[in-house]
Formats: sequence, C-alpha cells, structure tokens
Amino acid sequence: MTTAVDTKKLTMVQAVTDGMRVMMKEQENVIVLGEDVGQNGGVFRATDGLVAEFGEKRVIDTPLAESGIIGTSIGLAMNGFKPIAEMQFLGFIYPAFNQIMTHASRIRARTLGAFTVPMVIRAPFGAGVRAPEIHSDSVEALFTGMPGMKVVVPSNPYDAKGMLISAIEDPDPVLFLEPMRCYRSTKMDVPDGKYNVPLGKAARLQEGDDVTVFAYGAMIDVVMKAAKTAEEKGINCDVIDLRSLYPLDKEMIAESVQKTGRAVIVHEAPGTGGLGETIMSLINDTSFLYMKAPIERVTGFDTPVPMFALEDHYLPSAERVVQAIEKVTQF
Amino acid sequence: MEKLFPKLQIINENGEWNDETYRGEITEELTKELYTKMLRSRLFDRKGVNLQRQGRIGTYVPFEGQEASQIGSAMAMGEGDWMFPTYRDHAATMTFGHSLKTLFLYWKGRQEGCIPPEGKNIFPPAVPIASQLLHATGAAWAEKLKGTDRASIVYFGDGATSEGDFHEGLNFASVFNAPVIFFNQNNGFAISVPIEKQMKSKTIAQKAVAYEMEGVRLDGNDVFAVYFHTRTAVERARKGEGPTLIEAVTWRYGAHTTADDPSKYRNQDESTSRREMTDPILRLERFMKNENMWDEKWAADLQESLTAEIEAAVKEMEETPAPHYNDVFDHVFAENPWPIESQKKAYAHSRGDR
Repeated sequence: MTTAVDTKKLTMVQAVTDGMRVMMKEQENVIVLGEDVGQNGGVFRATDGLVAEFGEKRVIDTPLAESGIIGTSIGLAMNGFKPIAEMQFLGFIYPAFNQIMTHASRIRARTLGAFTVPMVIRAPFGAGVRAPEIHSDSVEALFTGMPGMKVVVPSNPYDAKGMLISAIEDPDPVLFLEPMRCYRSTKMDVPDGKYNVPLGKAARLQEGDDVTVFAYGAMIDVVMKAAKTAEEKGINCDVIDLRSLYPLDKEMIAESVQKTGRAVIVHEAPGTGGLGETIMSLINDTSFLYMKAPIERVTGFDTPVPMFALEDHYLPSAERVVQAIEKVTQF
Repeated sequence: MEKLFPKLQIINENGEWNDETYRGEITEELTKELYTKMLRSRLFDRKGVNLQRQGRIGTYVPFEGQEASQIGSAMAMGEGDWMFPTYRDHAATMTFGHSLKTLFLYWKGRQEGCIPPEGKNIFPPAVPIASQLLHATGAAWAEKLKGTDRASIVYFGDGATSEGDFHEGLNFASVFNAPVIFFNQNNGFAISVPIEKQMKSKTIAQKAVAYEMEGVRLDGNDVFAVYFHTRTAVERARKGEGPTLIEAVTWRYGAHTTADDPSKYRNQDESTSRREMTDPILRLERFMKNENMWDEKWAADLQESLTAEIEAAVKEMEETPAPHYNDVFDHVFAENPWPIESQKKAYAHSRGDR
C-alpha cells in the first residue's frame, strides 16, 4: 500500500521558498535574513510571502553589508538560532569571505565542539541569465576548499526543497547554491510537506555503459542535451548529478566510472582549482585501473566571467560536452 | 570633539577623587577585589612573557598596562552575559570565568584554551581584526529575540576601528537596537602604527555619533571609571536602550607580541615614564593609601598567594597530557564526512596505530 502525498507543480525558486516555509513553521528558531528579503521577497522572490506569514522578527531586512549579515548570523547561530542568510548573488559574497573562512567554518574545530554555528548561506549563482558583471560568478571551489563548510547545489525543484530542508537541519554551516538558470526553467511535482534529500549524495539521472558524465546545477541541462546527442551517435552516457560538492559522493562516482571506464566532468567554474580536479584525483584514488581513457573536463575558462555579450562563449555548451564524450570514447 | 567626549575619570593619577558620584559604592571590599584582580592578571602576564622567553609556551600577547580597562569592564558584566575577546584580553576573560590554566593552555597552542567553563559565555579570542564585533552583535540580538535581558561585551583595539566590520557591527547593533557594549581599548598603537596614522578623528568615542548610539570616552587606567561607566552601559542595554561604544584610553607598556620589538616604532622612554605616572595598579595603590585601605601585610600576602596560584596553573598546564591527534579530525563537523574520515584513518595507519 502506498500513501498518497499531496504535491504541487513548483519552479525551483518556489520550491526553495516552500522549503524555508516548512522549516520556519516547524522550528521557531529558524530565521531568514539578508538584503531585501522582507517586503521585497528577495531579488529573485525566493523569500516572497515569508514576512507576511512569519513577521519581521523572523524575516529580517538587513543593512546592505554582506560581512555584517554573515557575522551577525554567526552570533545568532551560536546563541540558539538557525539563520538562513541570503546573499543576493554568489558574486557578492566576497566581503563576507573573511567571516565564513575565519569563523563560520572553524568555530567548531577551534573549540572542540564547545561552540557551533549551524547556519545556511543561500546564494544564487552562475551565468546564462544575462545578468550584469560580477553577478554570474561560479566560485564554489573557494568554499569546497574551505575546511568546515558543506557545499551543495540542487538542479531541480524537488531536490532544491529536500536539500534545503536537510541543510537547515544540518548541525554545521552549509553553503546552499542555487543555479539562477534553473530558478524558473522548469516545473516539477514537489511534495507539500517536509521531506529530505540527503546531503552528500549524488543522483544518477540517466543509465549508460559507455561514459560517465558528471555535472551539477545549471550544467545538468547542458549535459542531458549532450547525452541525447551522444545517444544518437550510439554512445550511452551514465549522467551523474553531483548535488553535493563537499563532501562528494565518493561511492557513486567510483561505482559509475568503474562501470564505464570513461569520465567527462562538466562545470562552468574555472578549470584550474575547480571541482573537476578534485573529481579526477578521486577517480585516480578509487578507480585508476578501471579507466580506459584519460578523463576529460569541460569547464569555464580561467578568466573572469565576461559581461553577458560574451558569456555564451564562456559557458560550456552541449557541443563542447559532446566533443569531450566522443574524445574519451574514441581514445 | 575631544570636548564633547572628555576622558572621564573617577580617581586621578595620584589616587585622588576626581568625581565623587560613586563614593558611596566604592567600598574597601570592592577596591580590594579590583586590586586583587589587577595584580593577579599582571603577575599572570609577566609569567606569560617569561614562559615564552623560556620556550615553554608559544608566542604570547602581553597586555601589561591595560589591566584596569579589561578588569573594570569585565566586572560590569553579569551571569549569562556574553564576552567576545581578542587575543590580548586574558585579563578580561580570567575575570569573567576562564581559569589561568585554560589561558596558559591557549598560549601553549592547545584547543582547550578556547573552551570556557560550563555556563560561561566566553567566545574564543578573535584573531582577525574587528570580525568579532559582528558576533557580539548577533549574540546580543539573539538574546533580544529570546526576550532575555542578557548583554554582550566585545573587545577591540584602536586599529580595529579602521576595519569594515567595526562599522558594520556598530551599524547592525544600532539598527536592531542590540544590547551590546563595544569596548575599545585605545592603547595608542596598532602594532607599529600610531593612532595619528590610524585615523584623523581625535577620539574613537565620537564614532558613536554616526550610529546614533551612546559614546563614552574614559580613562582606561582608572578602574573605577571603567567599572562604573561600563556598568551604566550594561544597565542601559538590559533595559532595551541599545548599544554603547566605550573608548578606554590606555597604554601597553610592552610589545604587540613577544615576536615584536616596540623600540623600532616608539620611544620606550615614554612607556617607562608611564609606569610612574599613569599605571592603573599603582594608581589604585595610591588611592588605597589615601583612603586608609592599604595594608602592607595584606599586600605582601596577596602577592605571595597570587604567585602561588599562577605557579600552580603553570604546573597544571605543563602536566596536561598531550592532545590526541584525532582532535585534528574529530571536531570540524558534527559527523566526519568521508574525506576527513579517510585522512584520519590513513594518518593513524602511517603512525602504525590501529
């Protein structure tokens, strides 16, 4: 017997809002703060309606100061609250980097657990929405390389709500990255109530035996298109949505590449120091003898994300991914 | 601005009354308690420098000369309040509840030195400059949201007022009317840079004006001025009347840290002369003599008992068993993610441990 679950068709940004609403209803100590998150509902309307439902004490418009938002959230978090701090764009997080690097991520370690900062930082990120300069950065590797932070990225509405709920329930700081391109690109059935999508777990989006394609966030749409093209050419892709960038899902990565023997890693962040390098070393550690071809990466360039007249050149395209898939299969 | 923010004093350098408002409250008991705490911290501080010179602890950050600022302000805080120190504020934290052993352990490079005793809300020392002002504001804001009357005090130096987080901390506290005491110890130098090169404003207290909060400038070497004016700020915070910026004008005699040579950037003769002129402990001694509270035998016994306490703390610190290397791995997250767990296992294996 199965239990019917009420669902609604939601976009990703609506699912994010719903995730916050569910947790704010359940836990009095969950608060939302950031620039324009109150009456305006956030620049992407991710907090739309929350102030009307929960009041200005729990949905707080802050002064325009990213370090201030994160720094006070640290104080709130270690004194009994569960702050969800919104950065308007990941590219605006730099003034808060010091607070995240020197305090949020290491208070637990510095005090052997006597103080902790269970908080969530939400940040829209990525290029492809024709945003002004600095708004489109993908600097997730700054945070995956930061001891003490979890970094996660949903790519669809269902995961967005379930992963956000898990992030809010997590006892440690979580950077919750929201790919702007996915905010309204699709609608999906999302359960009304509370459910969890666990952090640290990847998802297999398509079964295939010839090559594994790894991606996350807005690149999922790109690799799914590439996988379809590859299939027309007789190449079957195992497509893995990483979802959790720190920690990575080591088991699923190893299991997939040990099956296919070939890997293409796709992300829009710069190649050097990017997550692709970490995944390559993980494959080296777990699956070297299974590999039939060198691993290919399709990434953004080691350049600032250009202004939007040029961003299509910067962003990995399905064509580039197909070329990489062909290269590893023809090696 | 210096006229608008005069340096408040209750007793002057000669230990004479300058403001008798608090005469009724300045009892012999309170005076002796303050003197005891100041002498205790000074002896601790000198021991810290000596231990570093002997290689028995790591780099140490001395505060000698700043005892009145730290102890007077810490004494004004109550049970359940929050304290956010920097790396120079051991006198404040020992007054608020840290054991001497814990403080020595910190300078021995031990994580345990960051952990307050049960029930004491003392945050680990902030090493990045001014970042802690925001934590204090957040913690105070949390108390306000919970509906308690608890307050936060946060310490910072004159150099910190140049940082963005100083301004963001004051602004957030002001906007949200958070019960925070921003306690500045203006000791004249940010490592080697004198205050004249740090800011054009003549006082730090005047910066409160921009944030529509109370600003108080006081003689940071007058422990009574520090104690009573901080207490007033705390009472105001508890009543929901918002934050206060206090500038305590003081001096550090020694180096920024034991790795630093102050003779490179300032005339040390001034420091030497200040020991005679403005020293906070000597001033209190003069006051006690003027008020017939001084007793040579009491003072000698005190010196002896405090020295014994400090030596016992050093012994405890040195006898504390070495930490287990698993402490490196086991407190980064509530539950180890696999990369840390596998690194932990690999390290144990490399040591031949099971």
